[in-house]
Amino acid sequence: MSAAVEAPDMPGTPSDGVEKRQVTQVGWKAAGGLIVIAALFALLLVAAPRDGATKFALSRGSDALQIPLLEIPAMPLAWSCLVLMALIAAISVARTLANRTTSIWAIAAFGALFLVGFLAWAGAGSSGTLSIVSLLSGSLLGAVPLIYGSLSGVIGERSGVINIAIEGQMLAAAFTAAIAGSVTGSPFAGLFAAVLAGMLVALVLALFTVTHRVNQIIVGVVLNVLVLGLTSFFYTQVLVPNAATLNTAPRFGSWTIPLLSDIPVIGPVLFDQAPLIYLMYLVVAGVSFALYRTRWGLRLRAVGEHPKAADTVGVNVERTRYLALLIGGACAGLGGAFYTTVAIDKFGLNMTAGAGFIALAAMIFGKWDPVRAALAGLLFGFASNLQNVLSVVGSPVPSQFMLMVPYVVTLFAVAGLVGRSRPPAANGQPYVKG
Amino acid sequence: MRLELRGITKRFGALVANDHIDLTVEPGEIHCLLGENGAGKSTLMNVLYGLYEADEGEILLDDEVQHFAGPGDAMAAGIGMVHQHFMLVPVFSVAENVMLGHEPGSGGVLDVESARRQVREISERFGFHLDPDALIEDLPVGVQQRVEIIKALSRNADVLVFDEPTAVLTPQETDELMAIMRQLRDSGASIVFITHKLREVREVADRITVVRHGKVVGEASPTASDADLASLMVGRAVELTVHKDEPRYSTGLLRVSGLQVVDDAGAVVVDDVSFEVRGGEVLAVAGVQGNGQTELTEALLGLQDDVSGSITLDGEELTGRSVRKVLDRGVGFVPEDRTHDGLVGEFTIAENLMLDRSDGPPFVRSGALQLAYRDDFARSAVAEYDVRTLGIDTPVGRLSGGNQQKVVLARELKRNLRLFVAAQPTRGVDVGSIEFIHKQIVATRDAGVPVVVVSTELDEATALADRIMVMYRGRVVGIVPSTTPRDTLGLMMAGIPPVEHGGEAA
Repeated sequence: MSAAVEAPDMPGTPSDGVEKRQVTQVGWKAAGGLIVIAALFALLLVAAPRDGATKFALSRGSDALQIPLLEIPAMPLAWSCLVLMALIAAISVARTLANRTTSIWAIAAFGALFLVGFLAWAGAGSSGTLSIVSLLSGSLLGAVPLIYGSLSGVIGERSGVINIAIEGQMLAAAFTAAIAGSVTGSPFAGLFAAVLAGMLVALVLALFTVTHRVNQIIVGVVLNVLVLGLTSFFYTQVLVPNAATLNTAPRFGSWTIPLLSDIPVIGPVLFDQAPLIYLMYLVVAGVSFALYRTRWGLRLRAVGEHPKAADTVGVNVERTRYLALLIGGACAGLGGAFYTTVAIDKFGLNMTAGAGFIALAAMIFGKWDPVRAALAGLLFGFASNLQNVLSVVGSPVPSQFMLMVPYVVTLFAVAGLVGRSRPPAANGQPYVKG
Repeated sequence: MRLELRGITKRFGALVANDHIDLTVEPGEIHCLLGENGAGKSTLMNVLYGLYEADEGEILLDDEVQHFAGPGDAMAAGIGMVHQHFMLVPVFSVAENVMLGHEPGSGGVLDVESARRQVREISERFGFHLDPDALIEDLPVGVQQRVEIIKALSRNADVLVFDEPTAVLTPQETDELMAIMRQLRDSGASIVFITHKLREVREVADRITVVRHGKVVGEASPTASDADLASLMVGRAVELTVHKDEPRYSTGLLRVSGLQVVDDAGAVVVDDVSFEVRGGEVLAVAGVQGNGQTELTEALLGLQDDVSGSITLDGEELTGRSVRKVLDRGVGFVPEDRTHDGLVGEFTIAENLMLDRSDGPPFVRSGALQLAYRDDFARSAVAEYDVRTLGIDTPVGRLSGGNQQKVVLARELKRNLRLFVAAQPTRGVDVGSIEFIHKQIVATRDAGVPVVVVSTELDEATALADRIMVMYRGRVVGIVPSTTPRDTLGLMMAGIPPVEHGGEAA
């Protein structure tokens, strides 16, 4: 019984000893995973030792505050990381044996150590430098569509509608942003058009899933394929022949924020970016506030958990879900706009390339919470950016292998590290009155 | 506020769920709506609450005709409902649930503090001791129901509808609910109390309206006898007691010792349970819903994964065996939720009757169904078990609850049983069928089979059992004779062992 209820008048206050026992068995997933990764890393260091030092750059040439280049002997650094990793793995094993869970911070520290060790190994003896700033800012940029996309998922699913169509929403948005930007010559017009496109796809999703109660996953998948087909068709038939007028989009430049951007390392990463990125900070904070602190958020979450309970207190379930999907569609629209107003100046075939699905994974990894989903998006963005940075220093790892990394990270994150992740109770269920 | 329903009619296709129902509830009155499952009580209340729109008739509050487009309108007019299945969001706090739909605060930002204050004020008025920040899923069912009541009161409801509110409560919690209802009545509220339990009706009702097959069949006074009320409700005289002789024990023996079942979340749902059932006796497992009874019966049949301890039937170990092997040892099982676990709704009666015998003769030979044999078997089972149907080719999903349960019973009892386990055998079953099902269970006992019956209805447990085992939070509180007083059993259902009553300790 909950300690929150102090009820002397309640019968059913049991004597001690009739509490329900809990025999949680801590699984070996975490500890086992750490051991396997540490062992594989050790194998790598033994089988392919590399000589020389690795050069880490912590500032850019243009920065006001210059930090000297760090040149660290590669193998000693890698081996020290490995030793610490082995230590964390051992602690995790000990805790699992004592039936206690491994803390998420320990796993995060393990991941960071592995990363430093791996970078040291990969960059050893190279004439190029590993730029930490470009590693991080590249990660942030790669994460932008993932974060906007995952917000679309979070808002939709918190209201009880599974949103598989994030990919389609973003692709449609990227497409319209390219055209609207090219025609008007303004990236803001592109952004606006992208938001409308995202909402349009969301409206179709809402129409079929909320009003007509069609299976939400099927509608989402069909919408993705539909948008892919439509954009590909118009791209080859219309955009390619008229590339100069319809597919030459203006891009947002970076807006350097004074003072903040002078902070070493994180300044240039966070505060020397395109406005769409600053908007993202606001949107993540805003969605989080709205979801937990406003009437709209309370009703939305109620509809996603127990729509009938919401209905019986006068909350309109269908309207709430429509609105949630439309707002989510607008978020995904912003994510899609990233491709053609920030990243590059023209639309390309299937240019979102599965980012909508990674965004979905970020949502699950983030346990349907906007801030955690954004952090998960950053992790996935980092994984995809790693390959770019490694190719600069001439890493010995085949680039095809590194291209696989973000997906492997996603898979492991969603399957293993996520712990108990509970989706909204009414997620995926159409609401029928009565 | 005076509530009046005039000629309410609600049809679902060809089915008339409510047929010109008239009902008047005066302020300061507890008006009981008595009827069987499926008599149309809940439909009527959903019409009143704006969830359904009536095809004919009107709703009047203080002689003014109301038009409810949805529950929001009904609430605004002063109607509050305590639902049978609580309309609470499990992951929300008490305060969040109470404020949902009429949130205090300006500019769309929640004012949680004033919602907390409102919860505290109302709960103090009724002596509830509720923490506004407690999560609903952590609260016992009885407390959750109080949150439902506070929800209605926080909207200043003058008409309160209680829809089968006692189904999930222990007898003591039921008594307290009755006290709350009287307190509300005395403060001038009009109360509609929907139930099919005669005991509660006579205890608390000021007026009684009986509905059957969607029609009002009469009014009764609270002083009427159980037999009169029951016959009005069912439409014929019914036998309310189960006749059985002293048990004649056979050699059959089910012995369960140190049984532990752990669920997916790691909670021990059946905790060190030991008991014996001899052939020829009925052991009833009583307790409030969700105290491990379901998992216990599933463990007996081999449906649970994480089981330790021992279950022996006539000396033979059953734990760790597959369901198929357990069935082959002669275990008959009536699952708790027949539409979900007991039957395939789209299959015909004949197909459902052979569901657990598809692995060999006489129903299957050389991989081919023996259709003629199956149909003969089905025809005799339907006749023997009094299944009211047009034919054995009728999909089981079209039958009434009582007839569905008879099909399950026929399938299980027509095998050669050495153990019979029935979970909630009469839930959602009409009174007429209950009589029949009880007789079949007693007949099985008299044939020398050990019988385990799980029931959350204390009346049913005491009527069928030779001994009663009460479970609380996965543990056995005690195993006592069926003549144990109701009060003692009620306390046991709340986890308080029957030390001073001389029960056999578990």
